[in-house]
Amino acid sequence: MIRPASPSTVHDNPFMKPMEWVSLALLAAVIFLVLPLCLDAFRLNLAGKYLSYAFVALGLVICWGFGGILSLGQGVFFGLGGYCMAMYLKLEASSVENTKIQSTPGIPDFMDWNQITALPWFWKPFASLPFTLIAVIVVPALFAFVVGTAMFRRRVGGTYFAIITQAIAAILTILIVGQQGYTGGINGITDLRTLNGWDIRTDSAHNILYFVNGALLVACILFAQYVKRSKLGRILVAMRDKEDRVRFSGYSVAGFKTFAFCLAAVFAAIGGAMFTLQVGFMSPSFVGIVPSIEMVIYAAVGGRLSLFGAVWGTLLVNWAKTTFSESFPELWLFGLGGLFILVVLAFPNGLAGIYRTYVEPRLTRRAKAPESAPTALPHAAE
Amino acid sequence: MAEDQGNGLPSALRRRLLMGLAGLPAMALMPRTSFAAAPATAAVNTTGLAVTDTEVTVGVLHSLTGTMAISETGAQQAEKLAISQINDAGGVLGRKIKIVQEDGASDWPTFAEKAKKLLVNDHCAAVMGCWTSASRKAVLPVFEQYNGLLYYPTFYEGLEQSKNVFYTGQEATQQILASLDWIHKEKGAKTFFFIGSDYIWPRTSNKIARKHVENVLKGTVVGEEYFPLGHTQFNSVINKLKLKKPDVIFTDVVGGSNVAFYKQLKAAGIDLSKQLLLTISVTEDEIDGIGGDNIAGAYSCMKYFQSLKNPNNEKFVAAFHKMWGDKTVIGDVTQAAYLGPFLWKMAVEKAGSFDVDKVVAASPGLEFKEAPEGYVRIDPNHHLWSKTRVAKALPNGQFEVVYESPELIKPDPFPKGYQ
Amino acid sequence: MFGDYSLTDLSSIFVMQGFAGLILFSVYTLMALGLAIIFGQMGVINMAHGEFMILGAYVTYLCSGFFQTHLPALFPAYFFVAMALAFVASGALGMLVEWALIRHLYKRPLDTLLATWGLSLILQQTYRTVFGAREVGVELPSWLIGSVQVTDSIEIPINGMFVMAITTLITLGVALLMYRSRFGAQVRAVVQNRPMAGAVGIDTEKVDRLTFGLGCGIAGIAGSAFTMVGSTGPTSGQLYIVDTFLIVVFGGAASLLGTIASAFSISQTQSTLEFFLSGSTAKVITLLAVVGILMLRPQGLFTLKVRR
Repeated sequence: MIRPASPSTVHDNPFMKPMEWVSLALLAAVIFLVLPLCLDAFRLNLAGKYLSYAFVALGLVICWGFGGILSLGQGVFFGLGGYCMAMYLKLEASSVENTKIQSTPGIPDFMDWNQITALPWFWKPFASLPFTLIAVIVVPALFAFVVGTAMFRRRVGGTYFAIITQAIAAILTILIVGQQGYTGGINGITDLRTLNGWDIRTDSAHNILYFVNGALLVACILFAQYVKRSKLGRILVAMRDKEDRVRFSGYSVAGFKTFAFCLAAVFAAIGGAMFTLQVGFMSPSFVGIVPSIEMVIYAAVGGRLSLFGAVWGTLLVNWAKTTFSESFPELWLFGLGGLFILVVLAFPNGLAGIYRTYVEPRLTRRAKAPESAPTALPHAAE
Repeated sequence: MAEDQGNGLPSALRRRLLMGLAGLPAMALMPRTSFAAAPATAAVNTTGLAVTDTEVTVGVLHSLTGTMAISETGAQQAEKLAISQINDAGGVLGRKIKIVQEDGASDWPTFAEKAKKLLVNDHCAAVMGCWTSASRKAVLPVFEQYNGLLYYPTFYEGLEQSKNVFYTGQEATQQILASLDWIHKEKGAKTFFFIGSDYIWPRTSNKIARKHVENVLKGTVVGEEYFPLGHTQFNSVINKLKLKKPDVIFTDVVGGSNVAFYKQLKAAGIDLSKQLLLTISVTEDEIDGIGGDNIAGAYSCMKYFQSLKNPNNEKFVAAFHKMWGDKTVIGDVTQAAYLGPFLWKMAVEKAGSFDVDKVVAASPGLEFKEAPEGYVRIDPNHHLWSKTRVAKALPNGQFEVVYESPELIKPDPFPKGYQ
Repeated sequence: MFGDYSLTDLSSIFVMQGFAGLILFSVYTLMALGLAIIFGQMGVINMAHGEFMILGAYVTYLCSGFFQTHLPALFPAYFFVAMALAFVASGALGMLVEWALIRHLYKRPLDTLLATWGLSLILQQTYRTVFGAREVGVELPSWLIGSVQVTDSIEIPINGMFVMAITTLITLGVALLMYRSRFGAQVRAVVQNRPMAGAVGIDTEKVDRLTFGLGCGIAGIAGSAFTMVGSTGPTSGQLYIVDTFLIVVFGGAASLLGTIASAFSISQTQSTLEFFLSGSTAKVITLLAVVGILMLRPQGLFTLKVRR
C-alpha cells in the first residue's frame, strides 16, 4: 500500500504547525460564527446534523488514514452511541403521565405495541443520565475492542477487515429491526422530547446543542491531533506503511490497531449521541451498510489524511446531497455516485490533497503570508 | 377573474358588480372555474403560511429514490393529478396550488429533514406524503412541533391519532375484520396461517387478525411467521404450509419479498384457485412486479380496486391514464393519496381559511362524494369512514371485486379488545 | 409439533425440506460465485455486484418482451438466450468498468470499494430512469412454472431444480476454467505474484479484465436466473448484496471451495432453522452464528496460504 507520506516530521515536533493553527481557527470561525450568522434555524440544525457525522469522519481519519484500517462499520458505533442516548431520552419521554393511553403505562410506546409489559433489564440503567453518558462512550468502545482484538490478533486486515465490519453492520441492523419490541424495530426510537427536563425540540435548544456539538468536535480534533503528534500516531503511520517492520521492532501491532479502532468508535459514538439530541430520533437506517459507507465517503472526499479535511468533506458532501436532492430529486444519485468515483480516481487525498498540491505551495511562495489562507480554504471546501 | 384581481380599486361593491357583469358570459364559457372572489390573503392566512393572492404552496413528500420508490410512485402521481384537477377547477379559495416536491429517499431521517424543510422553509399549507409507518413516525414530531398538516395515504397499523395528520387510508381493523368475517362465512375458513414481513404493520395487523380469528370467529391460527424485510427465500415456510394445510394463508409481506413469495408459492405447486389466500399487502401496483399469473386466484382486501365500477372511478382512471400513461396501474394507496388534496381543499373552503387549526377543526364530518372508491367521510379521529372490499386477483393483473361491506366502516385506530 | 402428522406426511416434508435447503444452497452459491472470483482472485471488492445481477434480470425482462412480440414460437426457449445475453451484457459492462475504473485502483484495493459503490448508485439511478421505479414482472415460459409431482405428497419446484442445474453447470465450468485451463493458470499466477507473472509473459492487464468480466458475467447469469424466484427492480440488487458478502467472508477469501462450503453451511442452517423456528428468528440465529465463528476464525472457513 503506497501512500504519500504523512506530513509529520520526526524532529522538531510542535503540537501544531502554524498553518494547522490557521486551519483550526478557520474551522472554528466557520462553525461558531459564519454558519450561525448566515443560516436560519432550520439550516443551522441541518448543519449541526452534518457536523455530528463529522465525528465519524474524524475517527476514520485516525483509523483509516493514519492506521490503514478501513472500517465499513462505523455506522454501528454511530448507532450504538445514538441508541444509548435515544434510550435515555425515550424513557424520559415515556413517563406514566405521557403514556397513560397504553395498556402498560410508563414503558416506551413501541414496547406496548409489541405486547411487552415490563421494561427489559437492559433498558433500566438508561433511566440515569450519568450512566447514559458513560454508556455512550463505553459500550461502543467495548464492542470495538472485542471486534478489534479478535480481528487484529489474527492479523486480519485490509479489504477483508473492511467487509467483515460491513457484515457486522448488516447483522446489527437485522437484529435491531427484528427485535422491535426492545429496539423500536425499523421505525427506530422516535418522538424524543426532553433531556433531563430540558425540551430539546425548540429552536433555542437546537442552537445550544449546535454549539455544544461544535465545541465537542473541536475538542475531538485537538485530541486527534494530539494522538497524531504523539509517538502512537507515528507508530500507526509506520504500521500502515510497513506493518511487518513495526512488528519486528517489537511493537504490539494488534494493540495499536485496536486502540485506533476503539478511538474511531468512540468518536463515532459521540457523533451518534449528538445526532440523536439534535435530530430527535435514532433509527436502524444509520447502522447499516449504506450509512457506514457514506461516512467513509465523507472522510475520503475531505482527505483521509487530514483531520480538518474530514470535517470539510462531511460538510461538503452533505450540503451537496441536500442541495442536489432538493433541486434535482430524480437525478441526485448520479451526482453523488459521480462524486465518489471522481474523488477516488482523480483526488485520492480529497480536498486536503487538492489544497496541499495546488493552494499551499502558492501560499508559501507568496512570502509566507498565512493570513491569506482563510480565503483559500473555503474555496477548496465549498 | 384575473383582471379583477389586478384592479387598483378593490372596493367591495365595485368588485361584486364587476364580477356579476363579467361573470355572466364567462360562466357559460368556463363552467368549472370558481367565481367567488378570492378572499384577502390576510384573512385566510394568519399563521404565516405560504399563501399569496394567487397561490398556495403544498408539499409533496415521497421517496423518488431508494427501495420505497417502487411503492410511492403511484401515490405521488395521484397527488399531482388531484392537485392539477383542483387547479383546473379554480384552485382553493381562488388560489392555485403550487407544489414543492421533496424526495424522502426511502430513508426515515431524510423524511424528517425534508418535512421540516417543507414546513419551516417553504411554509407549506399542507403536505401530502409518506408511505411507510417508519417515515410517518419520523415526521410526526416535526408536524406536531411546527403545527403542519399531513395527509397520509397508506393503510396502516392504527395505534395513532395526531391532530396534525389525516389518515386517508384504512387503519388495521377497517381493512381486516370485514374480510376475515367474509372468508369465514363464505368459504367456511377455520384455520389460518399468518405470514408477514418483520415490522410494526404486519405484526399489529396480525395481532388484530389473530384476536378476531380466535375470539370472534372461533377459528385457530396454526402458524405465524415473520421474515426480515427484503427476504427472498420462502421455500421452508412453504413446506410448513404444506404440512399444516391451513384453510387460509393470510399474508402481509411487503416489497421485494412479496414478489419472491408469490413466485415461489406458485413454483411449489400451491394452486391459489384451490388454496385460499387472503392478503392485505397486494394491490395492483404490487402485481405489476409479481406477475398476474403468479398470484391469480388470491384474495386481497382493500378499500379500492382499479376495476371498481362507478362513474367517479371511471373518471378518475381515465384522468390518471391521461396524465401518467395507459399502462400505469392504480392501487389502493394511489387512490387514497388522490383523496388527500380534495379533502384538504374541502376543509379549507369550509373553514374559509388556510390556518391549520381552522382546517383541522373544519374537517370532521366532511363528506367527499366524488371519491373514486365511492364516498368517504372524515371521522373526528382523523381517519376516514370507508368500505372494505375483497377482490380476487385475475391473471391480467386486475382484481374482480367479490365482496363489499354494505356500509361504511367506522375507523377505530385504538380498537378495544384487539390490543 | 409433529404429533398430529402421519409418517408419510412427515417423510415427504423432510424430502421437500431437503430440496428447499439445496435450492437455497444453489441460490447462494450462484450469488456469491461472481463476487468470490473478483474478490478472491483480484482482491477487489465489487460493491456494485448486486447491480450487475439486476442488469442480467433486466436483460431477461427485455428478452421476454422481445420474444413475446416478435418470436412467440420460440418463447419457451427464450430463457437460455436471455441468460447468454445477460452474461454477455454484464460481462461487457464489467470489462468496461474494469478498463475505466478498476485498473487505476489495483494499488489501492480499499478505494475500489468506494468507486464501485459510486458506480452502484449510478447504475441504480440508470435503471430507474430507463425502466421506471416500479418492479417489472418477467414472464416465464410455462415449462419453468409449477412443480414436479414425485409422489402423491412430494412436489419439487421446477424453477428450483433449474437453478440447481444452472449453479452446478456454472460452478463446474468455473472450476474447470480456473484449475484446468490455460486462462485459469494465468489468473492464479497473477494472484500469487503479479510482477513475476508479468515477467514470464502473461498479459496481466488482459487477465485482470477478463477475470473481472467473468465475475460480472456470472452475476448477470445469477440475476437472470433469479427472475424466476425474486423481484426485478432498480434496487433489488441490494436485497442480495448482504447475503452475498457474508457468504464470501465466511468462506474465506481466495477460495472457491470455501465459498461453496460457506454457502452450503449457511443455507442449510438457515433453511433448517426456518422450518423449526420462525423466519426472522432463523435469520438472526444464523447471522449470530456467522459472526460468532468469524470472531473465533476471522479469516473465514478456508484460507489460501499466501505470504503477506
